[in-house]
Amino acid sequence: MDVIVILLLLAGLFFFTGGAIGILRFPDFYSRLHPAGKLDTMGLLLSMTALALFGLHHLSLGTLLTSIKILLIVVFVFLASPTATHAIVDAGVRAGLEPWVKGEERR
Amino acid sequence: MTTFFLLSSLYLAFLMILSLYRGVFGPTVADRMIGVNAIGSKTTVLLILIGFNYHRVEMFVDIALAYAMLNFIAVLAASRYFQKRKGLYDEA
Repeated sequence: MDVIVILLLLAGLFFFTGGAIGILRFPDFYSRLHPAGKLDTMGLLLSMTALALFGLHHLSLGTLLTSIKILLIVVFVFLASPTATHAIVDAGVRAGLEPWVKGEERR
Repeated sequence: MTTFFLLSSLYLAFLMILSLYRGVFGPTVADRMIGVNAIGSKTTVLLILIGFNYHRVEMFVDIALAYAMLNFIAVLAASRYFQKRKGLYDEA
């Protein structure tokens, strides 16, 4: 059980690392939204699954409820994170931000 | 296992500092919103890890849920506010 928890948590941290590096290194605002929206959702799913499994060590009604709540956070973030990402894109488009094309300076 | 959770929390805090760079130095306001959103979703995991370290998960899980909602609402409100204003470039 501990091995599964450690592996899942490490995979989640790996996805978070990819998201953070992508946010730092992508050339413009629209491409930066790709790691921000996607990798964070994936990392949250994996690491939250690991923590919910670890919470089930001493199986009782209380720990079961806690694990279900942790999985409910995942469900909420799966609904909320694409919505927030879409709202940010919408704000950028309406404010008239130009997409980056190849050959331009990175900003 | 507690040591592993502690190290994971430290590493998550380090990643949050990396995302904070985008929040502080982002060229446009929308870049700052991306950075803040990324920090918020990492904070949700960090709160649960802190809960396991203090053996009070049943309390911290509610805080994490509230924080996830707060982060979502904050980003939504900020993007609705900034799309009404022209000129995200020159950051008045």
